[in-house]
Amino acid sequence: MTTHTPALQANMMVPDSTFEPGMQVYTMKLGMWVFLLSEVMFFTSLIGSYIILRFAHPDHFAQPGVVLNVPLTAFNTFFLICSSVTMVKAFAAIQHGDQRWLKLWLLATILIGSMFVGIQVVEYNALAHEGFVPGAAEYSAVGREAFKAGLAETAPVVGGPLYGATFYTMTGFHGVHVTIGVICLIFVLIRALRGHYIQLDHRGVELIGLYWHFVDLVWIILFTIVYLI
Amino acid sequence: MSTTAMAARHETAAEHHHELGFIRTYIFSTDHKMIAKQFLLASLFFLLVGGILAAGVRWQLGFPGRPIPLIGGLFSDTTAPGGIVLPEFYNAMVTMHATFMIFFAIMPLLVGVWGNYLIPLQIGAPDMAFPRLNMFSFWVSVPAGIIMLAGFFVEGGHAGAGWTAYAPLSTNPEYSGVRMGQVLWLVSLIILGFSSLTGAVNYITTVLNMRAPGMTWFRMPLPVWALFITSWLVLLAIPILTGGLIMLLFDQTIGTGFFAPATDGEPLLWQHVFWYFGHPEVYILILPAMGLVSEVISNRSRKPIFGYHSMVLAIIAIAFLGWIVWGHHMFQSGMNPLLGTTFMITTIIIAVPSSIKVFNWLGTLWRGDLHFDTPMLHAIAFVSMFIIGGLSGMFMASAPVDIFLHDTYYIVAHIHYVLFGGSLFGIFAGITYWFPKMFGRMFSPRLGKVHFWLTFVSYNLVFFPMHNLGLKGHMRRIYDPNQYEFLQPLQPLNTFITISAFVLIAGQLIFAFAFFWSMYKGKEAPQNPWKANTLEWTAAPTPPPHDNFPGGTPVVYRGPYEYSSPESTDDFLPQDVPPDRVLRPEIPREPSPLPTGD
Repeated sequence: MTTHTPALQANMMVPDSTFEPGMQVYTMKLGMWVFLLSEVMFFTSLIGSYIILRFAHPDHFAQPGVVLNVPLTAFNTFFLICSSVTMVKAFAAIQHGDQRWLKLWLLATILIGSMFVGIQVVEYNALAHEGFVPGAAEYSAVGREAFKAGLAETAPVVGGPLYGATFYTMTGFHGVHVTIGVICLIFVLIRALRGHYIQLDHRGVELIGLYWHFVDLVWIILFTIVYLI
Repeated sequence: MSTTAMAARHETAAEHHHELGFIRTYIFSTDHKMIAKQFLLASLFFLLVGGILAAGVRWQLGFPGRPIPLIGGLFSDTTAPGGIVLPEFYNAMVTMHATFMIFFAIMPLLVGVWGNYLIPLQIGAPDMAFPRLNMFSFWVSVPAGIIMLAGFFVEGGHAGAGWTAYAPLSTNPEYSGVRMGQVLWLVSLIILGFSSLTGAVNYITTVLNMRAPGMTWFRMPLPVWALFITSWLVLLAIPILTGGLIMLLFDQTIGTGFFAPATDGEPLLWQHVFWYFGHPEVYILILPAMGLVSEVISNRSRKPIFGYHSMVLAIIAIAFLGWIVWGHHMFQSGMNPLLGTTFMITTIIIAVPSSIKVFNWLGTLWRGDLHFDTPMLHAIAFVSMFIIGGLSGMFMASAPVDIFLHDTYYIVAHIHYVLFGGSLFGIFAGITYWFPKMFGRMFSPRLGKVHFWLTFVSYNLVFFPMHNLGLKGHMRRIYDPNQYEFLQPLQPLNTFITISAFVLIAGQLIFAFAFFWSMYKGKEAPQNPWKANTLEWTAAPTPPPHDNFPGGTPVVYRGPYEYSSPESTDDFLPQDVPPDRVLRPEIPREPSPLPTGD
């Protein structure tokens, strides 16, 4: 070494080159977290628009339970939360190298997830029947009770067009996310049946688990702000 | 090497061990360098499309009502019968010029090309974190581009509501007369969002997890820093746009009315959603160019970049502030004036990190050993044009002044000073600087300089007078300014701008020629033509093979800008040369005149 020490050295020439960069997380998991951040922003745009429209036009939105079937969806919400538990169980099973329970819990998650989407379709169908569609300017919701009592024609108008628009957009895109999750879970199950996941490497199970919990979390928020408030 | 990084490297390496056929090498390639070249060619094509549309717009403004010469007869009766541009077609050209330039040319030219090309090479990684996702990111942008081009050929013409697609003009076909064009515009941008998003996930993960040993945060070259921060903006801003586009698409197709006043929807909500994405987007379009220019200026001045840390912190500060300034696009929208003042203050604060960067570039140039090669000329043009664009931005940022300037040609001048004078000169600097790395041949210095001077001069002749037009009240996006008596005296200036614009566009043909000529006939490039320090020049062959570093993953010992270091006899000190292999100058030890303590 020379005696000459440039000012730069302290700043940029850190003598340590053994530094090992990285987040101590495997790349796919890191990528999934990064992707989920963008999903947060996507739902933020839909939910944020809903909040603004609802504050601007409270008269468009019916009281909780008048149009939407809260008990049915509460039941469905409970279902989806259960599927998060079965997902955790599947992950815990493979962490212990338990192939049998991995497959069974994955299957349970798939069934519950599909059931959630199925119930949502039934709900959409019933609502559309009662006249609650994302529709155009002439639409007005009539309310579930009035429809049941056969008073749809004479019942007072409840809500306005923005209600259906925001409801179907938000819950619909959540439903699409659940459907994609179920398809990915089926893919993971097929790989599990082929013995792809082992105790030392079960990254696929963890990745779909992260996504599934995220979709669950979004639903809990949506259920609260769309159905309950 | 940690096991996770090892596993990741093993995965990417395993994919390329066998010889790949033509299709896997050139078309459905997972190699980040090939994907970067695909993005480069595709986005240069869209740059040409955008330029042609600009020529159409300029023709109408320079020679209103006169038939387009030479090719005028080729237009249909619904666009430009006999070559005379119709107002609807003019609107579509203005809209699509901006859309193609922003989403299909500048954004992929910066993020798609340089994110892909430079990130793995400069951090010492064999490829991206997710090579197949990377391939998807390019190939999903192709149908988006085709759908966007298809809009010109559908009934009713292409979208004409401006690139901002302001509601309610964009929500209801009855207002604009455009249905299919607007729907295609929306669908194309939603699809393109997937491309940007998968790209951003890839870049962020790669930088976080795949740096070479010794590549600490503050040893990363500035292009990597800029692209890394930009990727965060893409990741978080694009989904907001996608959400807005989906709602607008529902308004158009199934009549939801989120943004349509007829159903009590809120047109102003669209502006908020759009600009909440739109302002981060503005920084997506400039930050990577700043990174490229920093690299070129430091190298071609043979000096360490002035204030490396402050450069990085300024990028982060600009990216953060970019989220809280969107309202400055909406001073005139009827927003609460108090909110307007808040946005005005946050906007003006952005001048601080921007000025830090400008002064750092000047500090790097100051008393440097300047080499005026083509990349350096473009980089200096970037800095000077960015100063002009930044200063005019200050006028618009102040709400009271903006009330006067809003929606005039002053805005058009400003956006082109930062987006053409800034981003595009940065892109030209990048292309000419890394061309030898990409194609193994030097970019023709003579043609490069001819292109530069022609572009630089005609560019200023086109866009500087636009400040004048704007101050005299010339509206932007106006079909025929001569319908207003007070704008008629400006017609000679408009004609002058149009003629200059044609010179500018002709200058770009020289670039296209030089690009392909250099690719095949250029001088063969040496390993490290710019005597640079970063890993792509010092540790990878030119052009780099699959997996980039045949000699194994490089180890990094120092920062990227050790030029003219007194530590070495060479005037550069590569990042991967171990300290004991550096050729050190013999400095005679002079006995100290003073007794020392140790």
